[in-house]
Amino acid sequence: MSCWMTIQDYGLRAVGIGERLLPREDFTLCQQFTLIGSGMIWNIYFGAFALISGFFFANALAMAKSARSPWLRKPAEWFIFIFRGSPLFVQFFFGYFLFLSLKQVFPIFTPFTAAWLGALVVLFLNTSAYSAEIFFGALRSIPKGDVESADAYGFSGWPRFKKIIWPTMLRLAWPAYTNEAIFLFHATALVFFSGFPAWQQKGDALYYANYFADKTFNPFVPYPILAMYFILLTLVVLSIFGLANRFLNRHLPQEARRKIKLKMNVIR
Amino acid sequence: MFSYCTDPNALSGLTWLSCYLTTGKHMAFYFSFGTVLLLLAITAPVALLFGFFGASAARSHILPLRWFGKTYIALVRGVPDIAFFLFFVIALDQMIEWTRHKILCPEWTEPVRQGNDFVVCQAAKMPLGSAPQWVHETYGFTLAVFTFAIVFGAFAANVMFGAMRAVPRAQMETAEAYGMTRRQAFRRILVPQMWVYALPGLGNLWMVLIKATPLLFLLGVEDIVYWAREMGGSKTSKFTEYPHGDWRMWYFFALLVFYLCFTRISEIFLERVMKRLTKGQATTGGEAQRKAPA
Repeated sequence: MSCWMTIQDYGLRAVGIGERLLPREDFTLCQQFTLIGSGMIWNIYFGAFALISGFFFANALAMAKSARSPWLRKPAEWFIFIFRGSPLFVQFFFGYFLFLSLKQVFPIFTPFTAAWLGALVVLFLNTSAYSAEIFFGALRSIPKGDVESADAYGFSGWPRFKKIIWPTMLRLAWPAYTNEAIFLFHATALVFFSGFPAWQQKGDALYYANYFADKTFNPFVPYPILAMYFILLTLVVLSIFGLANRFLNRHLPQEARRKIKLKMNVIR
Repeated sequence: MFSYCTDPNALSGLTWLSCYLTTGKHMAFYFSFGTVLLLLAITAPVALLFGFFGASAARSHILPLRWFGKTYIALVRGVPDIAFFLFFVIALDQMIEWTRHKILCPEWTEPVRQGNDFVVCQAAKMPLGSAPQWVHETYGFTLAVFTFAIVFGAFAANVMFGAMRAVPRAQMETAEAYGMTRRQAFRRILVPQMWVYALPGLGNLWMVLIKATPLLFLLGVEDIVYWAREMGGSKTSKFTEYPHGDWRMWYFFALLVFYLCFTRISEIFLERVMKRLTKGQATTGGEAQRKAPA
C-alpha cells in the first residue's frame, strides 16, 4: 500500500472520514505521520475556537475585574481565581462528570458530554480566566499620561475606552497573550486523557501517538512525530500573533515596539 | 471506623455519611493526597537541582556542554509537556531494562525489538516479575518522580538561566578585578545573588508544578484522580455496603477545592517571601515598599 493511499484512507480519520479500522500491525512511518497529523485537526479546532470565543469573554472579565462596583468585581475575581487556581486536568474531569449528571435531568446537555462541545466549553472558560488576568494586568499598566492626554482632548466614556484604553491595553497585553495562546494549544492535548471519551477512536494527535506507542511499545517514533507537529503549530501561532503585534504597534517608532518573546511553556 | 458502623443498612443521614467517608477505601483515598504531597516534596528539590545544572551547562564555555544545556532548555518549549510525561515513562523504563539486559544476559543473541514487542530476558525485567506488589508501585512512583523532575528541571533551568544573566554585570567585573577565576566568581558572586532574580519565576513554577500533579494519574500511579474516579462511580449494593449513584462529580469537586486551597496558601506564602526579599532592593518592588506610607 502506497503512502498516498494511506493519506487518502487516514488523512481525515480523526473526524470520521475514510477507513474505519485503525491499522493494527505492520505500522509504517507513513501511517503514523498521517494519523497523528489528522489528529491535529482536533487540537487546532479546540485551540482556535476556545481562543476566539475566550478573547471576547476575557475582555469582559477584565473590565468587570477592574470595575468599581463590587457586584461586578467580586464575581469576576472569583471566576478568575477558580479557573487559574485549579489544574485544567481536574477541571476537565469535573466538567465531564458535571455534564454527565446534568444530562440525566436536562436532556439538552447530551451534546456537552461529547468532547467536541464539552471540552471546548471547559477550555473556553479556562482560557478566558487566564487571558482576563493578562488583560487586567495590562489595563492597570496603561501609562497615566495616555489617559490624561485623552481627557485633555475631551475624550470620555465609551469613545475614550474604544479609542485609547482598549487599544493600549491590547498592545501591552499582546506578548503575554501570545504565550497564553500557545499554552492553550498545548493544553488541548489533555482533552482525550481526561474523561471525555474518544468516540469511534476519533481522537486528537496525542491520542493517536499514544495509540501507536502502546501498540508498537516503541515511544521513540510517534512522540517525536507529535513533537514535530506541535512545534510547527507553535511557529504558525507565533507568526500569526506576530503579524497582529505589528499591526497593534504600527504607530510607534521602530525601537519602542514590543517584541514578542516566547516565554516558558507551562501547563496549568 | 466508628462503633455504630457495623450495620450500614440501619444508618441514615449524617451518620451514614460519617461511616461512608471512613471506609478502608476512603482511607486509601486520603492516603493518596499524601502521595501527591510526597511527589511535590521530592520533585521540587530534584527539579531545582536539574535546573541548576541545566542552566550552568547552558552558560558553559565548553561547546558540547553548552549545546546540551541549551537543547535541554529548548526541548520542552513548543511541545505539550503531557507528551513528555507519556514519552519519558516508557522511554526510561525501556532504557533501564535494556541496560540491565545487556549486563545480565550477554549470551542473549536475539534483538530486543521484535516487531511490535520489546523483549528482554527474565532476569533483566524491572522490577522482577516475582517482586511483591509494593516494589512495583514504588518503581512506578520513582519513574513518575524522575519524569516530573526532568520536565520541570527544564523549566527551572530556563528560569535560572535568565536569573544568572540578570545579575548585574558590574558584580562579575568586580570579581574579576579581585583576581577570582571564573569558577570562583561563579560560586562566590553569581550563585548567591541570582536567587532574588530567580524567585518570581521559581514561585510561578511551583504553582505550575502543583497544578501538574494530577497528571500522575496518566503515569499509572494510584493518585487522587484515580481514587476519585474509582470511588465516585455508581455502586450497587451487590459490591458494597454503601451503595450510591454516580458521585464522581462531587469527588472531583472536592479535588478542585483541595487544589484551590493549596494554590491559595502557596500564593500567600510566596507573596510574603517576595516581600521579604525585595526589601531594600534597587528594584521597582523595593522602591514601592520604600515609598509606601509606613
